[in-house]
Amino acid sequence: MTAPLLDLRGLTKAYPGVIANDDVSFAIQPGEVHALLGENGAGKSTLVKMIYGLVKPDSGTMALNGTSYTPAEPRAARAQGVAMVFQHFSLFEALTVAENIALGMENPPKPRDLSARISDVSHAYGLPLDPESLVGDLSAGERQRVEIIRCLLQDPKLLIMDEPTSVLTPQEVEILFHTLRKLSAEGTAILYISHKLEEIRALCDAATILRLGKVVGACDPKETSAARMAELMVGKSLAQPARDAADAGEVLLEARGLNLPAASAFGTSLRDIRFEVRAGEILGIGGVAGNGQDELLAVLSGERPTPVGAVWFNGEDLARRTPEARRGLGILSAPEERLGHAAAPDMSLTENAVLTGSARKGLTKNGFIGWGRARAFADEIIERFDVRTPGNHVAARALSGGNLQKFVVGREILQDPVVLVINQPTWGVDASAAADIRQALLDLAQKGAAVIVISQDLDELLEISDRFCALNEGRLSDPRPARGLSMEEIGLMLGGAHGMHEADGTALHEATT
Amino acid sequence: MIVDPVTLIVALITISTPVLLAALGELVVEKSGVLNLGVEGMMIMGAVCGFVTANEVHGYATLHEIVWLDRLAPTLAFLAGMAGAAVLSLIFAFLTQFLMSNQVATGLALTLFGLGLAALIGVGYEGQPIPEVAKPLPAALREIPVVGPILFSHDFVTYLAIFAVFAIWYVLRHTRIGLVLRAVGESHDAAHALGYKVVRIRVVAILFGGAMAGLGGAFLSVVYVENWVQGMTAGAGWIALALVVFAAWKPGRVLFGAWLFGGIAALQLRLQAAEVGVPVALLDASPYLVTIIVLVVMSSNRARAALNAPAALGKTFHASG
Repeated sequence: MTAPLLDLRGLTKAYPGVIANDDVSFAIQPGEVHALLGENGAGKSTLVKMIYGLVKPDSGTMALNGTSYTPAEPRAARAQGVAMVFQHFSLFEALTVAENIALGMENPPKPRDLSARISDVSHAYGLPLDPESLVGDLSAGERQRVEIIRCLLQDPKLLIMDEPTSVLTPQEVEILFHTLRKLSAEGTAILYISHKLEEIRALCDAATILRLGKVVGACDPKETSAARMAELMVGKSLAQPARDAADAGEVLLEARGLNLPAASAFGTSLRDIRFEVRAGEILGIGGVAGNGQDELLAVLSGERPTPVGAVWFNGEDLARRTPEARRGLGILSAPEERLGHAAAPDMSLTENAVLTGSARKGLTKNGFIGWGRARAFADEIIERFDVRTPGNHVAARALSGGNLQKFVVGREILQDPVVLVINQPTWGVDASAAADIRQALLDLAQKGAAVIVISQDLDELLEISDRFCALNEGRLSDPRPARGLSMEEIGLMLGGAHGMHEADGTALHEATT
Repeated sequence: MIVDPVTLIVALITISTPVLLAALGELVVEKSGVLNLGVEGMMIMGAVCGFVTANEVHGYATLHEIVWLDRLAPTLAFLAGMAGAAVLSLIFAFLTQFLMSNQVATGLALTLFGLGLAALIGVGYEGQPIPEVAKPLPAALREIPVVGPILFSHDFVTYLAIFAVFAIWYVLRHTRIGLVLRAVGESHDAAHALGYKVVRIRVVAILFGGAMAGLGGAFLSVVYVENWVQGMTAGAGWIALALVVFAAWKPGRVLFGAWLFGGIAALQLRLQAAEVGVPVALLDASPYLVTIIVLVVMSSNRARAALNAPAALGKTFHASG
């Protein structure tokens, strides 16, 4: 066996009140695709930040190619051949691709040479990219290519990828895997962080599993089943969401040719959106972020003015209804951006519960807030959705992403919505909590609510939705029954939703009868 | 003819110089993602420090009959103006970048503090003599008709300000330092993740902005007015702030805006002197009104203007692991 490329021994890092990494040891071989698995809060991010020099370990050692490795800052890590593609893209929207790449390099060549090198590398690895385009105009998949090429131009020995596929279409995932396998064959080691176990089984050579900051196991993902890996991550076996088959009731919410111009330079216009959701039904809307998801949610929730005659609830035009009035009718929504959009960061959980819950839960009377009832409501959310927090007085900002997600989703679900519109319900939530949220959505539909789930996680949509449609460049494809849809068909819907709309004009009619 | 176009153009270039310098400094500060509303306070600090220095050096040189020192007095005054305003901006940098105070409130406080401090420093200096500032170009050039006064009759600082327009444009657009500065203003989190020193870059930008505002203020008191009057900047710092926004953070447009402001200001003075039948108050207000109206029209395409605005402008940066 060859000497490891990167050898971690006894790495420990503590933050006030929590030990993020506790005596973590493992090794990565040259050219190996090594998976790092774990739930939210298992310490994966802290670990890679230490490898990339963003965080200093309290104790423990790292060795790169047999010599001691103590990067003081990312610059030092890059100089020694460690590169990282971030989970939340570290890109600058108003700058061009070439400028973004130059910023990530130590000694960037002249602009013209750099553009040529970008073109070379992007073609060599099958990642087409125009160096002069603005990053703000690119899709999520293209943005990720910018990050990858930025790393590749520095000939890394180790490439760290934090949740790289969460924003990609199935086709883009294929391209990415192709690139990663090619890199691995050329001797570049890859440390791959993901929740998606099937992807890890398809791609990775070795896996290390973290739970609560400790290494709890290692396995060969090609030999181990996804269920077994999930058990190792969570420490218990997972329940599959399930529900009884139910007949769809009457139409509750309907969009009849909804058009909406983009609000900003990098926004998306909604074009002729048509759908209907029935009582007891879950409509899944798939698509890569930035194709109009935020805009669609904003217009359904009433946050952006709704054009007259475009959105109907129980036969009533919603154009003149404000967000609060819609909540009163039972149309609730949970936007994707949890900190600053779904929840006010510096307000307590109780106050955040009042912000959307006052109308339906009767938390205010004559303009005064009933704090007792508000606290009870917040506590109910915390208990029912297993939100891990010291109490309802804690500021929303202090919760981890996954925990806050559970809170904002639970807050809407517990208000007994008639129609629930939810964007990315399980974004950044760990496997067992995600299963709970999905089960809660299914139960909600079972009780007769109409649910619209907007998500980038196609497995999730196929698992819970009755009908599936794709949002692409602000256009919505015709809904199709989710059962029996293959990934290839979905990929086609995502890539060219508007093309199918013209070719298949009868589908909508069939779906409604 | 009540207004001579040649002298009008010469006057507008002179009048616009302080605003231009301050606006260019603020443009760099805002491009780094920091909103410093203390421009007015920094300008008046520059004005008083410059004037006091010019007067004191002049007095000392005259007393001891040191001719070379007297000639050096304006240069020292400009440096003192830059230093005074930069020190004031350092307070802003410390409060906003290290103590994470709110940039809007701190900037406003800086203006109030600067106005008060300048009034204190300037007590007794009103109407005191300062040496004349020598023109950098030979008199022969200045005497060429039309072209001579317009192109060759200005002060060194005026030429420096126009050179700074091109220098700042070039640095922001074509150099690595400019790219890093824009990146920090675009997304401090991404810049931090790539290992750039966000706070250090911003502090340097704030100091640069302070020095430029101070130079503008010193030019106002030492060259243009040749006197110290309490509150003499009279809103020039606010105009500079508005110019940056309406010029969509483009140095070339800042120059255009500054000249427009200076042009109307110079014109209305001449119209007042010619006693045209328009109320004086309206003429006094006209430079502010016209500048803002024209620039609003220029930047009316909101989506495109927003594209050039630094996305992280005014946001507090907390470095986290």
